[in-house]
Amino acid sequence: MQWNIDSERPVYIQLLEHIQANIISGNFKPGDKLPSVRDLAAEAGVNPNTMQRALTELERMELIYTNRTSGRYITSDIGVIKKLKERSAMNIIEEFLDKMKKIGFNEEEILELLTKALKEMRK
Amino acid sequence: MNPILECKSLTKRYSGFTALSNVDLTLERGRIVGLLGPNGSGKTTLIKLINGLLVPESGSIRIAGMEPGVETKKIVSYLPEKTYLADWMQVSQVIEFFQDFYENFDSKKAYAMLSDLRIDPKKRLKTLSKGTKEKVQLILVMSRKADLYCLDEPIGGVDPAARDYILNTIITNYNENATVLISTHLISDIEKVLDEVIFIKDGTVTLHSSVDDIRLKEGKSVDSLFREVFKC
Repeated sequence: MQWNIDSERPVYIQLLEHIQANIISGNFKPGDKLPSVRDLAAEAGVNPNTMQRALTELERMELIYTNRTSGRYITSDIGVIKKLKERSAMNIIEEFLDKMKKIGFNEEEILELLTKALKEMRK
Repeated sequence: MNPILECKSLTKRYSGFTALSNVDLTLERGRIVGLLGPNGSGKTTLIKLINGLLVPESGSIRIAGMEPGVETKKIVSYLPEKTYLADWMQVSQVIEFFQDFYENFDSKKAYAMLSDLRIDPKKRLKTLSKGTKEKVQLILVMSRKADLYCLDEPIGGVDPAARDYILNTIITNYNENATVLISTHLISDIEKVLDEVIFIKDGTVTLHSSVDDIRLKEGKSVDSLFREVFKC
């Protein structure tokens, strides 16, 4: 997995999003053990303190948990991961709707076009 | 544990010219810190004061609670902007030299890095290119297990691939008791490696903040902020 850190937004937020994306895509599976902070930081080419901050945040969101003796794991709670997926889907949809409205489509037209597009994809 | 570096109203003048004026600065352990400022702003003066190569005019400077001296030189690993090694020496001889000098020098680590960067230890320094010489010096400095690393322009002369390797070395060497202070102009190359940055302008510290706080508050990179603050 490629870590692309852009130069504008806080680094820890980008790390957090990257790990979330990997959980959503199934690259990290429920119950998987995470590499150490040091290894993750080296892989992403970032400061270990920043990686630590991202992991702490993910822990707060209950997406990962720490086992005192053996390291960090992705949550095994499928419900939490499902919620994360839905939230991510909603974000994409909101962004899409926003863009469509900006170029002058109303809700009915958007729905119509979307149905049409889905039909064509199925063919 | 006391902070690794503490400066209070630190001032340094060179025959009438004020190079550093009333600098208050505290660096905690376990940080990677960028010391950023235009040419002639006082970066090297500060680093030389830390290493006891200059003596303050007024104010105080403490490294792990001590005044710069023999004891602090044991725990500070310093990469000066200019080379001071005798160029007739072979790389392997310089390594022996460092081994004799510093208790905390790890020659195994130095040889591992030399081989990673494909530098032949049998070569004499004078036969090496400018960039390769810089790499050797950085390897020497990073092979010590120090509490404070002071790197004055460490990546200026090396190619981008080696730059990545060096930054990676800094990250993987990281330990929570040690702080790395890096002065550089190449901000965009190193900013994602830094915890915090210090902006220094005409001998005074104008900003000391975490990189992510800058990005959050300003909505831009440290590099863009630097260009704005120090616009000519």
